[in-house]
Amino acid sequence: MVAGLTAPSQTPASAVPAPIPAGNPAPASGAALSLRDVRHAFALKKAPLPVLDGVSFDVEPGAFVALLGPSGCGKSTLLRLVAGLEPPNEGRISVDGAPLRGPHPSRGLVFQDPTLYPWRSVIGNVAVGPEARGRLRAERGRVEEALALVGLSGFADAFPHQLSGGMAQRVALARALVNAPPLLLLDEPLGKLDSLTRLTMQAELVRLWQDKGFTALLVTHDVEEALMLAQRILVFSDRPARIRADIPCDRPYPRHREDPGVVADRRAILDLLGTA
Amino acid sequence: MSEIASDIALARTEGAIRRPAFLPAPASVAAAAAWIGLSALVALPPDLGDFGFTRELAIGFAGLGALVLAAGFLRPGEAGPVRRIQGWSPWLIVLAGLLGLWEVATAKRGWLPMPFFPPPQSIVEVFVEDYARLADSVWHSLRLLAGGYALGALAGFTLGVAIGWSRGVGYWVHPVLRFVGPLPATAWLPLAFFVFPSSGAASTFLVALATGFPVTVLTWSGIAGVNKAYYDVARTLGAREDFLILKVAIPAALPHVFVGLFMGLGSSFAVLVVAEMLGVKAGLGWYLQWAQGWAAYANMYAALAVMALACSGLITLLFRVRDRLLSWQKGLVQW
Repeated sequence: MVAGLTAPSQTPASAVPAPIPAGNPAPASGAALSLRDVRHAFALKKAPLPVLDGVSFDVEPGAFVALLGPSGCGKSTLLRLVAGLEPPNEGRISVDGAPLRGPHPSRGLVFQDPTLYPWRSVIGNVAVGPEARGRLRAERGRVEEALALVGLSGFADAFPHQLSGGMAQRVALARALVNAPPLLLLDEPLGKLDSLTRLTMQAELVRLWQDKGFTALLVTHDVEEALMLAQRILVFSDRPARIRADIPCDRPYPRHREDPGVVADRRAILDLLGTA
Repeated sequence: MSEIASDIALARTEGAIRRPAFLPAPASVAAAAAWIGLSALVALPPDLGDFGFTRELAIGFAGLGALVLAAGFLRPGEAGPVRRIQGWSPWLIVLAGLLGLWEVATAKRGWLPMPFFPPPQSIVEVFVEDYARLADSVWHSLRLLAGGYALGALAGFTLGVAIGWSRGVGYWVHPVLRFVGPLPATAWLPLAFFVFPSSGAASTFLVALATGFPVTVLTWSGIAGVNKAYYDVARTLGAREDFLILKVAIPAALPHVFVGLFMGLGSSFAVLVVAEMLGVKAGLGWYLQWAQGWAAYANMYAALAVMALACSGLITLLFRVRDRLLSWQKGLVQW
């Protein structure tokens, strides 16, 4: 990707995002994640529908890992389990060695839909985390900082319906980042954006990750996106999902779509998914 | 914003921009002419009977005509509320026509049977001579309505949130609500009047009941329909249950709650009037009944007019409150 592209085109002039530092993440404040033989099924009327079939993997602190697979294969369910929104039927999930007990502000989650609260202004949406933990007064500065981080300081008092899709998703990102989570869970966060905004946001995600040093778990069904963003790609099978391949991907950032290595990897992964 | 829009609309409909200075809007001239003509119709032909206030009514209509004409001279940006009369010109013309028809059919020609259909000047007479009793009735009605409505709305809202949130509460309350709720509140009237110590308390209960049912049901369905992802987001951000109820579920359900509040207000009016007619010896409902008993039909029409004004005023007030609280919705739904 061309360096000039990394400054998002939608950013208002008031807040220019920091340039991407070359190389890999600086501070390692990310969390370590470990899954052991996780199994899960949806309780349907007739019979339980298995969605996860013995998934095990480890993520080291500060890594950017993409979970890639056909849509509907259970990746999103996996992310919900890691977020603690549901307990797995079987298996163990632990973060920094401690088993999960419900959702926690140290694990931020961004959905495919921005899911902003329409009755709250942009700044009010970003402030939900501190407010919910009763620390709004003390963390007012962090709220503004998070909004500046995604380049939307000028839109603090706007309402969600006034934002474009890309801007709304940035607000959702700021809302997840305001708690400074050591683990950020991204459930196809760019899936509904137009292709140009998508490119900008991909660069921005890398910048935020390099800047903050969190561990990132990105669910996507876009092979190219995984190759542009992640240091490691876990390829899932059809439902019930299990890991079919664990592909390291340690090219330096910013990466280029036309890089022969990227092109070769993409072909290999598409072959693996049976779509080439 | 809306003022600008209406200014633009006015300018377009009446060619106000191209109109030379010192000439009134043509529609306003027509409306003023209609009202001054109406004034002449009241004043000049002799009345069939001896009605008071014919002269005062004629003067009042002429004054209105003058005001309409004066408003016609204003341009965009000048005395906004008064100038808005320009936009009402077609309505004012029709209104003058209907009043003229009424005047002719009663006072001038007597086409309508007399005690039942008094002329407009008799209504004016009621307002002038019986305003104290009317005002007292309005006050009593408003007090009863306010008490009952507030009680019903609060109880309905609380119950609706409880049913929507808690499975246990839903289990016990839902069947009761299903069975008893659709019963019109007026059906409880005979029971209420001997169970409660005073007819005032009974009426407050009935108004509260009429308000409470729609508010409960709509609050409940609002809470039940909240996007589940809103809760997921809040929970991953560290929200506890109180935050989920107060800061997520309730704001998200508020548009539904307001639909319930509107429906409740409508049915509370109906119950209020019936309760006043049958039990409480005060209020506009009682005034209506009393006037009819004395064959004072002019008083009855006056009370009806006041009641219409009060009810529409309250609905407008509730709209204002909603617009203020739900201003975030403006970009999302058609108002």
